[in-house]
Amino acid sequence: MSAASTPRSSTAPVAQAGEASRVRARSRRRPMPPLLRNTLLWLSVASIVVFCLFPIYWIVNTSLKTGPQLSSGALWPSEPSLRNYRSVLDDGDFLLALRNSAIVAGSTTFLSILVGSFAGYALARLRFPRKTLLLGIVLSISTFPVIAIAAPLFKLWTDLGIYDAPYGLGLIIPNLVFSLPLTIFILTSFFREIPRELEEAALVDGATRMQTFTKVVFPLAAPGLVTAALLVFFFAWNEFLFAITLTSTPEARTVPAAIAFFTGSVRFEAPIGTISAASVIVMVPLVVLVLVFQKRIVAGLTAGAVKG
Amino acid sequence: MSTITPSSTAAGPGPGDRPPPPRRRGRRAPSYGRSERRLAALLLSPSLVLIGLVAAYPIGYAIWLSLNEYSVRVPGLSRFAGLDNYEAAFAGGFWDALRNTLVFTVASVSLELIIGLAMAIAMHHAFRGRGLLRATVLVPWATITAVTAITWRSIFEPGVGFAPQLLAKVGIAEDVVWLGERGYAMSVLILADVWKTAPFMALLLLAGLQVIPEDVYEAARVDGATPWQRFTRITLPLLMPAILVALIFRTLDALRVFDLPAVLTDGSNGTNVLSLLAYQELTQNRLLGLGAALSVLTFAVVMIVSFLYIRFVGGNIRTLAKD
Repeated sequence: MSAASTPRSSTAPVAQAGEASRVRARSRRRPMPPLLRNTLLWLSVASIVVFCLFPIYWIVNTSLKTGPQLSSGALWPSEPSLRNYRSVLDDGDFLLALRNSAIVAGSTTFLSILVGSFAGYALARLRFPRKTLLLGIVLSISTFPVIAIAAPLFKLWTDLGIYDAPYGLGLIIPNLVFSLPLTIFILTSFFREIPRELEEAALVDGATRMQTFTKVVFPLAAPGLVTAALLVFFFAWNEFLFAITLTSTPEARTVPAAIAFFTGSVRFEAPIGTISAASVIVMVPLVVLVLVFQKRIVAGLTAGAVKG
Repeated sequence: MSTITPSSTAAGPGPGDRPPPPRRRGRRAPSYGRSERRLAALLLSPSLVLIGLVAAYPIGYAIWLSLNEYSVRVPGLSRFAGLDNYEAAFAGGFWDALRNTLVFTVASVSLELIIGLAMAIAMHHAFRGRGLLRATVLVPWATITAVTAITWRSIFEPGVGFAPQLLAKVGIAEDVVWLGERGYAMSVLILADVWKTAPFMALLLLAGLQVIPEDVYEAARVDGATPWQRFTRITLPLLMPAILVALIFRTLDALRVFDLPAVLTDGSNGTNVLSLLAYQELTQNRLLGLGAALSVLTFAVVMIVSFLYIRFVGGNIRTLAKD
């Protein structure tokens, strides 16, 4: 199995020990002077860090500039100020967007895990005909261009009266459907990793199939559930096309849509300062999640990418 | 979101490949127990109903809309228009948007592959800083795409950003308004996409590198292979499955790109892509029929490319579904 497998994290120290011995073996042979090798390595590590983080530094830098500093292009703010943050947080529309995003992303995640774990379990464990076809249909949804769904949904949602529904409620179902393939895919792989014997033991002890699922499989699949939940949350927090097609007022807009339509809160000043502050604010929760759950996230992203 | 394609592969043959254990309450059914099938139907139905109602039905509806002339401005006024909308699409911006989309896809995916591969190899060898690196490369991935677009716009905006001045100093593109000129705007778009997704590519490829057994390299070294030979004769061929999967993910995503050009340039100056063009006809020009026709065409382009990929890589989905 791939990096998605549950026991993987526990084997990481072993892998590192293996690498250490490999490096020892390599330096015995001296294919490249160790000093040169290390310098090259650290140079490449440093350039990766700069490549990935410099734009983030730039947006933080811009968010701390005000007035004429904003049009200087300077690499650091000459008089750093938190005024942009204050005006963003005083902006009622931005707070509404944060609220809507929390509701949409939270509900999408919960429902996707609930519905997706049922399907994942069936696909991983139960025997029924035409399973390949079913899985193919589910996965093919994730190749659909969202615009091809958004156009008719715009019309349908208008007819049903849930276009521009408050709290972004009209966005939950479309987000759910587009997150399901990913959830089902990850959970199917995780459910497969759970030893069948445990379930069989429960069945022999008289548990029903449903009890086996809720009491044995579900708790054991917790790492997989966390992984899938994180990826779905990121997806729903990031989703943009449905958000701008199916909403039109601040009451319903989520963060990405609000940021894209942000006109700035300080009059007669380039809006880029306040937009940058808003961007930093919405980035913080995700960066924290990434730092805390990096192993789980990588496991989910690479699930299925490698034949183990 | 990142694409999961039908051809992405998961576990190879797993524990599920053993012959089924004798069923308790076994009806002598040799393959599928009836209660098991009923449970499977029950468990799968919520997902399938949702997918059917919110993905499959709208696609059908989009095709129907694309065959009608429908005005949002004048409610109730609609008529069957046959292929008029498609003719309008072909006569209008379709070919231009298709070309932009293909240029964007080929350029960004190949740059992402090269940079992602380099990053993956560096991460694979830097075992001490790997935790730090992994967290670092996840940051662009975790950045909201709309924010990514705003960031790169502010980097290249005249006056606001540092990039135009810096580049002009070393003699590149003096007196160019980067986001205001064809070609230059597209290169900023590609750069922003590479920044956001090369790390994702790197993580996929790193996972692939980690399963290549070390003794293969050891043997090659004993036989006197140079580092370059080890890379081209061992790493690349053994990494090919991971590379193909990463390419599929990224290609299908790039063909559907929307958020980045929508916020970065709003499709101006040669950056209008298929999804964005359909969106503009739909919401700004209120041409529901033409917008639907363009989104059906986008759908067709993506389907053709995924079909080619599935033919090319093929069969891997069976590995996951096999039980």
